[in-house]
Amino acid sequence: MTGHPLTLKVNGQERALSVSATRTLLETLREDLALTGAKRGCNQGVCGACTVLVDGQPVRGCLSLTANCDGAEVTTVEGLADGNVLSTVQQAMADTGAVQCGFCTSGMLISAFAFLRDNSAPTVDDIQHALSGNLCRCSGYRKIVDSILLAAKRVA
Amino acid sequence: MNEAKPFGGGVGESLARPDIREKLVGRARYIADLSQPNMLHAAILQSPVAHARINGYDTRAARAVPGVAAVLTGADFPDGRMGAFIKDEHAIAKDKIRYLGEPVAVVAAETEAIARHAAKLIDIDFEELPAVLSPEAAMIDGAPLIHEDLDTYIKIFPAICGRNVASETELAEGDVAAAWAGCDVIVEDDYKTAPQAHLSIEPCGALADIDEAGRVTLWSANQSVFRVQANVCESLKLPMSKLRCLTPKIGAGFGNKMEPHVQPLVVQLALATGRPVKLILNRAEDFETVRARHPFKIRCKTGATNDGTLVAREVEVLLDGGAYSDDSPGVLGYSLLMARGPYRIPNTRCAGKLVYTNKMRFGAFRGFGNPQVSFAGETQIDEIAATLGMDPLELRLKNMAQPGDPWFGGGKVASNGLGECVAKAKAAAKWGAAPGKATSSTVKCGRGVAFAAHISGLLGTGAIVRMLEDGSIVLNTGAVDIGQGSDTVLTQICASALKIPVSQVALASPDTDGSPYNWGTTASRVTYTTGRSVAAAAKTVEAEIKKHAGELLECAPVDLELREGGKVGVKGVPDKEISFLEVSLRAHWAAGGPIVGSDTWVFDQPSVDPKRAIARGLPFPQIGVYSFGCVIVDVAVDTVTGKAEVSEAWAAMDVGRAINPAAVEGQIEGGFVQGMGFALMEELIWDGGRLVNPSMMDYKAPTFRDTPYAIHSIIVEEPEPDGPFGAKGVGEIGLVPVPAAIANAIRDAVGIQPRSLPMTPERNLRAMLERDDAA
Repeated sequence: MTGHPLTLKVNGQERALSVSATRTLLETLREDLALTGAKRGCNQGVCGACTVLVDGQPVRGCLSLTANCDGAEVTTVEGLADGNVLSTVQQAMADTGAVQCGFCTSGMLISAFAFLRDNSAPTVDDIQHALSGNLCRCSGYRKIVDSILLAAKRVA
Repeated sequence: MNEAKPFGGGVGESLARPDIREKLVGRARYIADLSQPNMLHAAILQSPVAHARINGYDTRAARAVPGVAAVLTGADFPDGRMGAFIKDEHAIAKDKIRYLGEPVAVVAAETEAIARHAAKLIDIDFEELPAVLSPEAAMIDGAPLIHEDLDTYIKIFPAICGRNVASETELAEGDVAAAWAGCDVIVEDDYKTAPQAHLSIEPCGALADIDEAGRVTLWSANQSVFRVQANVCESLKLPMSKLRCLTPKIGAGFGNKMEPHVQPLVVQLALATGRPVKLILNRAEDFETVRARHPFKIRCKTGATNDGTLVAREVEVLLDGGAYSDDSPGVLGYSLLMARGPYRIPNTRCAGKLVYTNKMRFGAFRGFGNPQVSFAGETQIDEIAATLGMDPLELRLKNMAQPGDPWFGGGKVASNGLGECVAKAKAAAKWGAAPGKATSSTVKCGRGVAFAAHISGLLGTGAIVRMLEDGSIVLNTGAVDIGQGSDTVLTQICASALKIPVSQVALASPDTDGSPYNWGTTASRVTYTTGRSVAAAAKTVEAEIKKHAGELLECAPVDLELREGGKVGVKGVPDKEISFLEVSLRAHWAAGGPIVGSDTWVFDQPSVDPKRAIARGLPFPQIGVYSFGCVIVDVAVDTVTGKAEVSEAWAAMDVGRAINPAAVEGQIEGGFVQGMGFALMEELIWDGGRLVNPSMMDYKAPTFRDTPYAIHSIIVEEPEPDGPFGAKGVGEIGLVPVPAAIANAIRDAVGIQPRSLPMTPERNLRAMLERDDAA
């Protein structure tokens, strides 16, 4: 594919790419970089399954154009763990039974990770507001809230 | 909070899923994540009209697009028909179009973008026919026929059908007509429920590969590799031996992935091109072509005497089945079986019709017709209680089915923990206390209750438990884990049966070449039916272990016992024991042969006792064992906007035995919220033949902010005598009573009687205004 040459720092690694102007960040990650953790659920920015961090901010991969991300630092779910050691929020999701099918989990983890970075002692209400852009059809949300409360407690 | 532990013991522990790390680090591979060398990408062309006769196709422009490898239309597909109950569906529209959005052609190309572009260039020459868009219109004399050849289709049950009626079913006990005379209070009304989208966050898709001998391997978003195999082979007229079905991780299934979607299309493309082909539906296509929960129209009538004794119930349902019957005859029959609810009502008659229309097919969705009829029946119980001035929970307790009572129709109920569910929910919610606290003067609070029962069971299943050389175990069941956690639960059952740590049991991924038959992950059945096979197969392995150990320890097998940690020893002699390793080495290298235990069975308890009940057109004579539940909810209704919100809920479910308590809670909580969405906000809307809200933007399902944190799961364990460790199913029951309980709470809060789902702000407000106008 011919297009704009650019670089991304993806999960700490410099990647040189050439992308067309219409290529979304989600397509770049999944198809060009084989990072399939971020999911295409609705391709409309509603479900949140494609959430990734761009320069630390959670964004919808399906609504972000790669061409606009030149030089950005991108963190996907594949970049959350430190080697074999899960991040606090990943471990908390394992420990609370917050994962069922797992399809929303990647985006949910990224949103939760960014939220916890800025909120050390969240209430249930804070969590519900912060994560309302990430849909889950399996869990009924309660165990996901529990996992974020647990992660906050472990960090504190 | 029930904290899961990484790995340890077996049954009764909240172990984390074996694939938890894969899912947490983004390595779990779902259908859209798979690829094969030299793979093509496919896209569908959807019909622009709801009903038409196809005269021909012009595919020249599409074929001329560089990068296009194949363009297939209905003319290129075999004349096979598939269908779970009535074989009425081709792989793709062929000769006729039966709903707007139906796939009519499919393109395979080097990229998805090329395939989508080329598909739009296909020209379909069709002659539009008048569309039939409601069951009532479909039943008018002279209505256009949707399936002219319905009479000639293969049916797997004694279907009563004709013209646009796909199935008619009736179930009756006692003498309803005569019983009304003995009733002091009778309530009778019409109820409507909306079509609900399954909305798995993962859209449907499939990938087919083909080898040089022409044999196809197929991965897809599915709930049963065996149903995929059957549907593809029936529609494409392939021998089953020519198709191997496998499963990737599944991004949830709630009935939507049980029967076919695009699997036959990719297989035909792979056969045509000799290359691997992948097709992933976009969200709109998934909404428009897969399936949804049936809209029900229900006429319900219930009668009681002045002391609150329920005497009679009559229920008539009308189901819009859409263009193809799919699981619909089953949904109709099951809804009737459940329409009496878990009560003693001696005179009950339930009857219904399933009708074809020119809409997308409706099909299985968590609850399988039960939530719809429970909404009508359980709200009528509250109306009767109000008329009699009785507490609605006390009236239910007075009439509740007791342990030992058969189900409606006469089927045996071996375990019934409803009484304990009610007692526990009632105590936890402090029934009788004020329902929550209003946050403003315009908000009114209310409390509601509903009871439910649901089956777990149906059809064939199996398990193979195989001991490896070193004494560890591979379990192979063919049951697809759709996210609910059956891989965890089946592993726990196997480990506990053999007294080994879960880490010693590997689970084989479902494979139609190597796994025993499993009808599917549906009907709340895997823990109960497949779990039973796992326990039985493990029993065989235990007997083999003891045979070998008896030889090695020079004693009779009956004197031996399994010991924790993969050992077998002489009863009463602690130091006389050997390991599974020693047993397995003997079996592999010296005598007897490697150890394999297997079990298969089919659920065969009759659901109807002909001495007790009359049944006509029943699609399943042998259905399952029964789980029970009670839900209490508090709602807050804003009297200015009409918006109802659930503030707290208590859900007590009798699951026989919780093999994995955290996973059971996950089912109860998830079921509650999906039921809450069905009750308050979710509705697919058609304008003529067109679905107008096929997007997550326009179809509203519960988010974190719509969902109360305080959903209290209460597990009740009344063991099912033949269940594995006493377990029965929990997948669906948590959803079933929710719309009714919420409706009853809204009635308690603001005095309106909801009779139509979803109970949107607009509907609630209109009902409140009408009530005020009448006053």
